[in-house]
Amino acid sequence: MDILIGLLTETGKTLVSTIFDVMPIVAIMFGFQFLVIRQRPAHLRKIVIGFVYVVLGLTLFLVGLEQALFPVGKSMAAQLTAPGFLGGGDRVLGWWDYTWVYVFAAAIGFSTTVAEPSLIAVSLKAQEISGGAISAWGLRIAVAIGVAIGVALGAFRIVTGTPLPYYIMVGYAIVIIQTMFTSKWIIPLAYDSGGVTTSTVTVPVVAALGLGLASTTEGRSPLIDGFGLIAFASLFPIISVMGYASLTSWIGRRKRVQEKEESA
Amino acid sequence: MLVLRQPFPNLGETVAGLLFVVAGLAFFVQGLEMGLFPVGDTLAHALARKGSLPALFGFAFLLGFGTTVAEPALIAVAAEAATIAADGGAIENSEAARQDYADGLRYTAALSVGVALIIGVLRILKGWPIQYLIIGGYIVVIIITFFAPEKIISIAYDSGGVTTSTITVPLVTALGVGLATAIRGRNPMIDGFGLIAFASLTLMMFVLVYGMVI
Repeated sequence: MDILIGLLTETGKTLVSTIFDVMPIVAIMFGFQFLVIRQRPAHLRKIVIGFVYVVLGLTLFLVGLEQALFPVGKSMAAQLTAPGFLGGGDRVLGWWDYTWVYVFAAAIGFSTTVAEPSLIAVSLKAQEISGGAISAWGLRIAVAIGVAIGVALGAFRIVTGTPLPYYIMVGYAIVIIQTMFTSKWIIPLAYDSGGVTTSTVTVPVVAALGLGLASTTEGRSPLIDGFGLIAFASLFPIISVMGYASLTSWIGRRKRVQEKEESA
Repeated sequence: MLVLRQPFPNLGETVAGLLFVVAGLAFFVQGLEMGLFPVGDTLAHALARKGSLPALFGFAFLLGFGTTVAEPALIAVAAEAATIAADGGAIENSEAARQDYADGLRYTAALSVGVALIIGVLRILKGWPIQYLIIGGYIVVIIITFFAPEKIISIAYDSGGVTTSTITVPLVTALGVGLATAIRGRNPMIDGFGLIAFASLTLMMFVLVYGMVI
């Protein structure tokens, strides 16, 4: 019963704050609709219901996260980075002692990204526009793999304490090289997927991991080294989405070549 | 569970929370298709038909500025950055000074997202290929990195990913794709996406510059 009451008050509070978050956007949209375009939008009723659904959905989603995933994610991040678990004690830990941290980082990156609402929105749109050539699931998985690799590498960076700009610059170099070779139609989508992946779900959990790791690792300051995981999480999806596009077009080409050989 | 060999705390709450997450996502997706996508789409079409550049740019700017300035993730990042700046001695270590710094950062970021959307919309209108602009932007970011104070760098890089929120993204995407569909000679796949990429890029730049100037 206590749980239920707690959930209900939590839901009420989140609902209010979500409505406040949405207000400026709604004001801008309707302001333009009525002042600049001076036209009553078609299906106004349906649109309003849609907005209500969005607010309701986000509220439930956030409450659920707060209740279920964040405490578990944060306590796991804290436990995994605790020196006792890492088998420390007296000896100095090397970066190879953190294997489970990297695995956890990758798993967290992957699972939070698959559940990310903004990514769902963009991948639905991409599937619709591309006429199904890009599948929403394929894109989500590709992005999630990118985030997984990114967060794991970011954890490695915090453990080793190497400077962030080097990693980012190498990442940019890879992006530039890939841009020259992938098909033109995937480029904008790939660039977008970088910024899209990290919002409601990913940021709090990943940030908790970074700060936890930086505060328990010797010689790291949470303020300097704790940040930067999100940067990895937004860079690597660009690489993985372009990689995914190259891979599917390569498989398609190979199939065609094989068919030609068989028919010849 | 397998690795730590510890039971989950509060199993009941966790299961209830998971159900909430699933139900919430279902509502969200339903609402997207009914509300956010159609609104972004029809607004983009109406603005393109109207043919008024100031109205279009004004809308793009307001959408970027309005959604970013209230973004909770950005507020958190700005507060964090202020603490770092105060510790580093860049600003006075008092409540008021930190608040000023954080607010300044927040408005800078909102401004930069507004500007980014204007540039992005201009790109869609002109049909410029995105890669030159983005790669050019990366090069600028790297150059600025050399001159920016070390402590702001990680935060600046992070903020590029943080600020694009769950409601902004579908709207901005629908706006871009809608514009690219409405304008003749534009391909929605090639020209429609990319607005969010601009937003993240300019954010990194503006935050780096903000760290340098103050």
